[in-house]
Amino acid sequence: MTKAALLLAPALFLIGGSALAQTPPPAPPAAAQPQDGAGGLVVDVEGGVSAPMPIAIPTMPTAAVVETAAGTTDVLGRQLSDIIANDLRNSGLFTPIPPAQLRTVSVPEVTAPAFDYWSGTGAQSLVQGYVRANGDGTLTVGCYLYDVTARTELTRQGFVVPPAEWRRAGHKCADSIYARLTGEGPYFDSRVIYVSETGPKAHRIKRLAIMDQDGANHRFLTNGQSIVLTPRFAPNQQSIVYMSYLGNRPSIYVYDIGSGKQRLVVQNASLTFAPRFSPDGRYILFSMAQNGNTDIYRVSSQGGAPQRLTDSPGIDTGGSYSPDGSRIVFESDRSGGQQIYVMNADGSNQHRISFGGGRYATPVWSPRGDLIAFTRIAGSFRIGTMSPSGGGEKLLTNQWQDEGPSWSPNGRVITFYRSGRGSSGKADLWMVDLTGRVERKIPTPLDGSDPAWGPLRP
Amino acid sequence: MKAKTLMLAATALVALAGCSKKRPEMLPPAPGVAPTVGDANAGYGDQGNGAATPGSNADFVRSVQSNTINFGLDQYDIDPTARAILDSQVEWLTRYPNVSVTVEGHCDERGTREYNLALGDRRANAAKNYLVARGLDASRIRTISYGKERPVALGSDEGSWAQNRRAVTVVLDR
Repeated sequence: MTKAALLLAPALFLIGGSALAQTPPPAPPAAAQPQDGAGGLVVDVEGGVSAPMPIAIPTMPTAAVVETAAGTTDVLGRQLSDIIANDLRNSGLFTPIPPAQLRTVSVPEVTAPAFDYWSGTGAQSLVQGYVRANGDGTLTVGCYLYDVTARTELTRQGFVVPPAEWRRAGHKCADSIYARLTGEGPYFDSRVIYVSETGPKAHRIKRLAIMDQDGANHRFLTNGQSIVLTPRFAPNQQSIVYMSYLGNRPSIYVYDIGSGKQRLVVQNASLTFAPRFSPDGRYILFSMAQNGNTDIYRVSSQGGAPQRLTDSPGIDTGGSYSPDGSRIVFESDRSGGQQIYVMNADGSNQHRISFGGGRYATPVWSPRGDLIAFTRIAGSFRIGTMSPSGGGEKLLTNQWQDEGPSWSPNGRVITFYRSGRGSSGKADLWMVDLTGRVERKIPTPLDGSDPAWGPLRP
Repeated sequence: MKAKTLMLAATALVALAGCSKKRPEMLPPAPGVAPTVGDANAGYGDQGNGAATPGSNADFVRSVQSNTINFGLDQYDIDPTARAILDSQVEWLTRYPNVSVTVEGHCDERGTREYNLALGDRRANAAKNYLVARGLDASRIRTISYGKERPVALGSDEGSWAQNRRAVTVVLDR
């Protein structure tokens, strides 16, 4: 969808259903401002010193206070504004003005902002919206973005959500604002799967857990009886591939999120690990150790006989597909220590791309295709990025032990886990953006490791 | 004892809601779920009681030089110290030809998770290969890698890391 289309023909998106792009427009139409989508207000995501943009996000009004399964529409309006403000603040690119400092907005005002007032708040941009309970039990959330200085509308969207998914309307609204002002792809309406940890360091209890990208809707998927490691989403987000010590046989499993059922991927193997789906979901890339030698294989995600892709006498592991599925980045110690290599999807043309000091591990290909994220081991563990040809290495974090990067759906943010030293050293989930300046801990109920960021939700 | 362990395994199976129907086929021999897994040093607790059952893991731990060999950083070679320890294990295992063992491979925290799983597998297999070269039947020896998941020393210092780079031989009690 182009920006011009958004400006001229506001559409209603159905969330949690099968279709989108419903009519009519979300609110009484305002005159669309003819504007060049590339001009006006822009947030610089690459630049060096630009301060976060001040943005006003007043509480979303409701024309009629109605009780819904998600709560009353007036309370939902406040909560949705908070979700949008949190998402934008967490990106590091925006400074939301505290809602307590902002006036109350009426429903008619949503499409006709009081620009004289807003320009006095210091906000450069303004997000207004409304909440409406529909007769069929769903909620409609309108979302409007204005340039306060130019006094123009920048985007408008409406979202229809079932009550159970009301938070997604806030994330979708924040995504449309982020995308419009940065020119980058959206990423707030997405989930993270990770390993929740608790207990003493010598005997950590590990459980699979899934949550929204902002930590909401947290839920455990396994009960901690077996060690579980390295979960990763299927592209359709309906299943997860991960490693479990179930029955004391460390192996990779595919876990169906909806049914809670799982199946062993490779039968009769001594040790299978480091699984990851191909971008089309047809294959699972994984590592298998046999008699002390580890190589990379791929297997149909339906099961069957694995196909071997590497045959070096060293440890080849940590494979990750390029977004077009044509290449695989992996790590190997065939040169003496862990380094990053790229090969074609059939295993041909294996060549090394990392040559710096220390060791390089856990390479993951960005969903944009332009970068490889990795863990660099040189005394400490640091998260970094390099191009698929090995150039432009950049280290983003600098703590004792940061490991296991995973990309946001738009390739702008990396989640990873950070471990502390010693017997009380625990692991937590973190995010860092590509500049390395915006770094943030993700709140989780217990400790956390092995985060994997899922794709944008449909 | 065996019946009890089997029951535990069955309970665990039921407790994992939503298991696939294939799960029972994937279950290993029941002893694998015993509390000694990943915690082989628990066997030391039997030392001094003087009542270890012959052929048991407790007896093994009392009788051999050590149930554990150690490795250098990112290494998996069997050094002379480790050879002497494994030789003492071979001697005991030769006395109990019906006993099977699991060799656990472990790593320190300075490697990444997936690499350490592979490195732990290397270490467990290095120990297994030595035991087999000394005449033990390979079918008696299973290997498992715990990577950096089950350290015995909890510090983040050279001494702790050296202890954690290890292969531990555990007798499967029946």
